[in-house]
Amino acid sequence: MAAAGARWNHVWVGTETGILKGVNLQRKQAANFTAAGQPRREEAVSALCWGTGGETQILVGCADRTVRYFSTEEGRFQGQKHCPGGEGTFRGLAQVDGTLITCVDSGIVRVWHDNDKEASSDPLLELSVGPGVCRMRQDPAHPHVVATGGKENALKVWDLQGSEEPVFRAKNVRNDWLDLRVPIWDQDIQFLPESQKLVTCTGYHQVRVYDPASPQRRPVLEATYGEYPLTAMTLTPGANSVIVGNTHGQLAEIDLRQGRLLGCLKGLAGSVRGLQCHPSKPLLASCGLDRVLRVHRIRNPRGLEHKVYLKSQLNCLLLSGRDNWEDEPQEPQEPKKAPLEDTETDELWASLEAAAKRKLSDLERTQGALQTRRRKKQRPGSTSP
Amino acid sequence: MAKTGDNSGGRGKKGLKRKAAAEEPQEAAVAEDGATESGVQPPKTTAFPPGFSISEIKNKQRRHLMFTRWKQQQRKEKLAIKKKLKKEREALGDKAPPKPVPKTIDNQRVYDETVVDPNDEEVAYDEATDEFASYFNRQTSPKILITTSDRPHGRTVRLCEQLSTVIPNSHVYYRRGLALKKIIPQCISRDFTDLIVINEDRKTPNGLILSHLPNGPTAHFKMSSVRLRKEIKRRGKDPTEHIPEIILNNFTTRLGHSVGRMFASLFPHNPQFIGRQVATFHNQRDYIFFRFHRYIFKSEKKVGIQELGPRFTLKLRSLQKGTFDSKYGEYEWVHKPREMDTSRRKFHL
Repeated sequence: MAAAGARWNHVWVGTETGILKGVNLQRKQAANFTAAGQPRREEAVSALCWGTGGETQILVGCADRTVRYFSTEEGRFQGQKHCPGGEGTFRGLAQVDGTLITCVDSGIVRVWHDNDKEASSDPLLELSVGPGVCRMRQDPAHPHVVATGGKENALKVWDLQGSEEPVFRAKNVRNDWLDLRVPIWDQDIQFLPESQKLVTCTGYHQVRVYDPASPQRRPVLEATYGEYPLTAMTLTPGANSVIVGNTHGQLAEIDLRQGRLLGCLKGLAGSVRGLQCHPSKPLLASCGLDRVLRVHRIRNPRGLEHKVYLKSQLNCLLLSGRDNWEDEPQEPQEPKKAPLEDTETDELWASLEAAAKRKLSDLERTQGALQTRRRKKQRPGSTSP
Repeated sequence: MAKTGDNSGGRGKKGLKRKAAAEEPQEAAVAEDGATESGVQPPKTTAFPPGFSISEIKNKQRRHLMFTRWKQQQRKEKLAIKKKLKKEREALGDKAPPKPVPKTIDNQRVYDETVVDPNDEEVAYDEATDEFASYFNRQTSPKILITTSDRPHGRTVRLCEQLSTVIPNSHVYYRRGLALKKIIPQCISRDFTDLIVINEDRKTPNGLILSHLPNGPTAHFKMSSVRLRKEIKRRGKDPTEHIPEIILNNFTTRLGHSVGRMFASLFPHNPQFIGRQVATFHNQRDYIFFRFHRYIFKSEKKVGIQELGPRFTLKLRSLQKGTFDSKYGEYEWVHKPREMDTSRRKFHL
C-alpha cells in the first residue's frame, strides 16, 4: 500500500540509517523504503536529487559510494551504480542528458554514463576541484554548469562541456580589521535564477553573493547571521531572499537586495541538515539532527504548518515541486457525492408539500432562499431573479 | 460626635460587619439607581444588587474586610463539602467509588510522539549501531577522565575526588588551563572512553560536560544542589571498590534514551552484586537526580538503604554530535527556553 501511494508523497527524506522516507503531508503518513529491506548504516543517505522525467525518479547517494535509483511510481529501488574514486561521501549529485555527475569530499567530480544496469564503468569526465568540498550544486538553468565549494576551498564554477579550468573562481575577501586572513568555509551554494549570480552560506555565519558577470571576483554582497555555522540554504519563491539554517536549529530569512534579516522561523531543536522551498507556494521543508521533518509557511502568516517525527537522524530532503498538493485517488469520489445531494433535496420537497399552509409559506421563503443559492451554484452565469 | 466616632470605629470591627454589609449595598444601590431590593428589607443575609463585586469598593479597609469575610465563607463551605463526602464514603464502606486521582503536572504531561516504543525496529537499529554500540556489545570497557574548569576551588576538587570513588576506573587530573580540544586527542590516544568536565563558578560546581570519546556525543548539563559526603545526613561509610549497579529511571523519549545510554556507558557493564552499591539517575520533569546508595535486603520485600556518595541534580542544556566543539559542532538538541519552556506540562527527556 505504501508503495502504491509513493507517487503522492510530498517530501522525500534521506536518513543516517540508510532509509529513504516518503512523507505524505495530506494523509499525514510516512513510509520507509530501503534497498535491502533492512536499514544499514553503511548506506547512510548523503545526497538526494530528482532523476530524469519530471519527479518520477530519485537518485539516492549513499555512504558506501553507490548511487541508487528509486522510482516513485512503483515505490521501490530499481538499480544502483557504484561510483568509486576519491575519498569521502557524496557532496553533490546531478543528472544531465543521460549522464550522472557525482562529487565527493576529496574533490573528485566525475561524470558517469547513466546506465544503471552496469555495475561500474569508467567515468566520462573527471575533474579535481580541491580537497574539503562541502557542496556541489548544478545550475537548474544550464545543466552543464556546476559550482563547488568547501572548507578552505573557494567557490568555483565549472562548465563540464568547456575546458578543464573553472569558468569563475571566487577570490577571498580582504583581510579583516586585524589584518588577518578571513578563513573560507562554503557550506552551501545556490544559483540565483534569471542571472548569473550565486549565493553561498559559510561556516563562519556569512551569506555571500557572487556575480561572475561583474569584473569583481570578490563577493558583491555579504551578510552575517548568528554565531554558529550555517549548514543549509534555500531560495524563496519569487522574492529576492534566501533562508539559511545553522547548527543550533535557527532558521532565518535574509534579503539579498539589502543584506538584512527579514525574519526567523522557530521550532527546530537540532542542527539543520536539509532545507528546501516550494517553487510556487510559500512552504519550506526543513530536516535536521533532531529527527523531525517540519514544514513552515514563510509568509502571511509565518509559522509552522506540519511537523512529522521520523525516528532517525535526517540528512537531506527533496520537496516535491508539484502544484496539486492533493492526492489523485480522491477524484473518483466526487461524482458520487453529487447524485446523493439531488436525491436528498427531492425528499425534502416531498415532505414540504404535506405540511400546513403557514408552515409552507415560511418554509417556502427559506427554501426559496436555498433554491436561489442553489441556482447561483449551478448556473453561475445567470443573474438571480 | 461620639456616636459617629463609635460607628466609624465599629465599622472597623468585625462585630459590626453585618451593619457595614447592609450599608454597602444601600450605598451602591443609591449610586447605581438600580435595584431597590436592599432598600426594602433590612437584610439578614446580605443581598447585593446584581453585578456588584467586592473589587468595586473603593475603601481599602472595607474592601479587605469584605474579602476576608468572603474567604472565610468559602473555606467553611469547602470544609463542609469535604466532611459530607467523607461521611458518604464511610457510609458506603466497601461500595464507595474509588478515590479520584489528583491531577499532577506529571500526570498531565503533554503527549510526546518521540516516546520510544520498545517494539520499534527502526529505533532499535538506530540504538544498536550508534556510538555506544561498542560499549553495549562488551567490546570496550569504560575509562573515564574527570577534570574541572581551570583553577578549581575546594568544593569542586572534593566533588571530583568523590566522583572518582563512585565511578570505577576513573582518574582525576588537574586542568592546568589546557584547552579541551587539545586534551581530547590525547585522551583518545590513551584509550579513555569518556571525559567529564565539572565547571565551577564562584566556588561552587555548576555545570557538567560529559563527552563520549572516540567520536561520541557531548552532553552539557547544568548542575545544582551539590551535596558532598559530609553534608549528607545519616549516611553510610565510604563506598568500596565494588562495581555498582545502575538504575536509570524515566528516560522515555528518544532524547532521554540517548542521555540514559550516555550515563550507562560510564559504568562497567558487569555490576558486582556483592558490594550492594547502586547509582541512580532518576529523571523527573527534565531534571536528573543522581544518588548513590548501599542497599540491604532485610527480607523478601523490605530493603534498607544508606546514602553514600555525593548527590547532585542535572538539567540537560544541549546534546552535541561529535566530541566537544561548542562553536563549530553540530547539535542534536539545544535547549531554547523561550521556545521550549512555554508549556508547564511539556518535557523533553
